[in-house]
Amino acid sequence: MAFGKPDIGSSIPRNAKFDPELVNRVMGQFGHGGFLGMDFIGHGDDWVELAINWREDLVADTETGVLASAVVISLMDNATSMAIWTKLGEFRPQVTMDLRIDYLRPSPSGARVFGRGICYHLTHSIGFVRGFAHNGNPDDPLAHASGTFIRVGDRV
Amino acid sequence: MRDIRTSDLPPYALALDMTVTETDGRPVIAMPFADKVQGRPGFLHGGAISGLLEMAAVAAIHQALRAKGSDSAIKQVNVTIDFMRGGTGQQTFAVGEVTRLGRTMANVEARAWQEDPDKPIAIGNMHYLIRQPRTPD
Repeated sequence: MAFGKPDIGSSIPRNAKFDPELVNRVMGQFGHGGFLGMDFIGHGDDWVELAINWREDLVADTETGVLASAVVISLMDNATSMAIWTKLGEFRPQVTMDLRIDYLRPSPSGARVFGRGICYHLTHSIGFVRGFAHNGNPDDPLAHASGTFIRVGDRV
Repeated sequence: MRDIRTSDLPPYALALDMTVTETDGRPVIAMPFADKVQGRPGFLHGGAISGLLEMAAVAAIHQALRAKGSDSAIKQVNVTIDFMRGGTGQQTFAVGEVTRLGRTMANVEARAWQEDPDKPIAIGNMHYLIRQPRTPD
């Protein structure tokens, strides 16, 4: 492989329950998650919360300092994906099938963005997710997300 | 009116080494493969593909607004992205099509592809609010 490889599968001890904090530590060093600098905040049985610091090079509008919308998409993509593994209790290869984000308000310049991903239903093939992004107060969300992930067997 | 250039792209796009490759007609945005846009090993991260779609959508609206002689600012309301194929370790392109440009909102469809424009790896549908420039009282 030509690039740094976050081999998530082999980074998890066999027979161990899925640990989102450990996996984020591995995923957070490589690739797009590493570029954005995703920090692990916390998790429950079916949710994972991650965060990204505001950075000048992630801005889409230099006049307002508003982050690129895709920063929130990446955050919600990772948080919801990890919520599925957390609910499942183990890693399984999957890809994002679709993701919808509603932007309720802009994330202020300089503000850290938190993304909480929730897996609300899981079938053999599909993980159904939703979530929201906020700046530190979960009762004041800046974006809502919903989407689906599809299991891809051993093709990854 | 002039075409969108690479230097018009925001810091986020430049950080991921995006460039404007075609200015004849609709702007096409290109993004090279690198570790910083990678998700699972050897494949693009969905968020990086989404970023490319977003830049193509914004470029398409600005182009459409300029063609109407408008300098209105825009604000994204939402986006739905279908991920159709895994993005492999190569250059990716995206173009946006403004399917409707009204007075208050715009509908945009952006598609991303790699080798074959007829085989999109992802398609995004976005809604943007168009902020009318303030008129003097």
